Amino acid sequence: MSAETAGYYRRMQAAVEELLVLRGVVTREDIDAQVAAMDARTYHRGAQLVARAWVDPAYQARLLADPKAAAAELGIDTGPIPLVVIENTPGTHNVIVCTLCSCYPRMLLGVPPQWYKSREYRSRVVREPRTVLAEFGTTLPEGIDVRVHDSTADMRYMILPMRPAGTDHLGEAELATLVTRDSLIGVGLPAAP
Amino acid sequence: MAEAAVAAHRFAVGDRVRVRRAYPPGHVRTPWYCRGHAGVIERYCGAFPNPEELAYNRPGLPPVPLYRVRFSSKELWPDYAENPADVVEIEIYEHWLEQA
Repeated sequence: MSAETAGYYRRMQAAVEELLVLRGVVTREDIDAQVAAMDARTYHRGAQLVARAWVDPAYQARLLADPKAAAAELGIDTGPIPLVVIENTPGTHNVIVCTLCSCYPRMLLGVPPQWYKSREYRSRVVREPRTVLAEFGTTLPEGIDVRVHDSTADMRYMILPMRPAGTDHLGEAELATLVTRDSLIGVGLPAAP
Repeated sequence: MAEAAVAAHRFAVGDRVRVRRAYPPGHVRTPWYCRGHAGVIERYCGAFPNPEELAYNRPGLPPVPLYRVRFSSKELWPDYAENPADVVEIEIYEHWLEQA
């Protein structure tokens, strides 16, 4: 959205919101509660699932097989939209995009970053993923395959990154702090301990 | 958007499929860059109301089977310059797929 049209859409959104309230379709409180709920969801939810998977191989298997049930085990409600968790391995690196719009696993990662919705990211990451990852500061080892997941329809995706080396002594809570938002999208890797 | 229904579906994991080379007007969830290209069924995702109908406030029923299809990046773009083993996986509804 350009600076010029942002004003137009912002005014239209305000007008629609006002009409919905005036007509009694929703209340101001409903809108505020939804905004608060959206702001309360951050990628720390996803980080929590990853850290548990790193310390508990049985949990990792459940997270890959049935992500919603695995999230529920940790008290995280992921809502009605189906979720797919994709595992990075020494041979394959995964990255998520929605080339059609900006579908994003909000239930686990919160509000998407601006760049995720940009035409540039959406058009380039399928075409030249390593080049795009390098621009994020992520260099992949030679010979590794890249698998790009285009979130075009009804699934939402989260990447399960590999546990960084040198973290054997860390517990689950400390491991969770190494999980970055970008590592859950696949444009980054977890932080070094 | 509701959870997937399970419906009778035509393709199985590993089947070779080709995306229809069609360019209908209106709301479509099949990216242009995969139309006409061949891939392999990676998984069946369940059946969902047809988004091409939902977009116009119609019910989109019966639900349409949805698959994840794996394409070689090299198949999508013959001049793909990175690792030839790279792939793109895309969610595609059954009515866009034919046997390859």
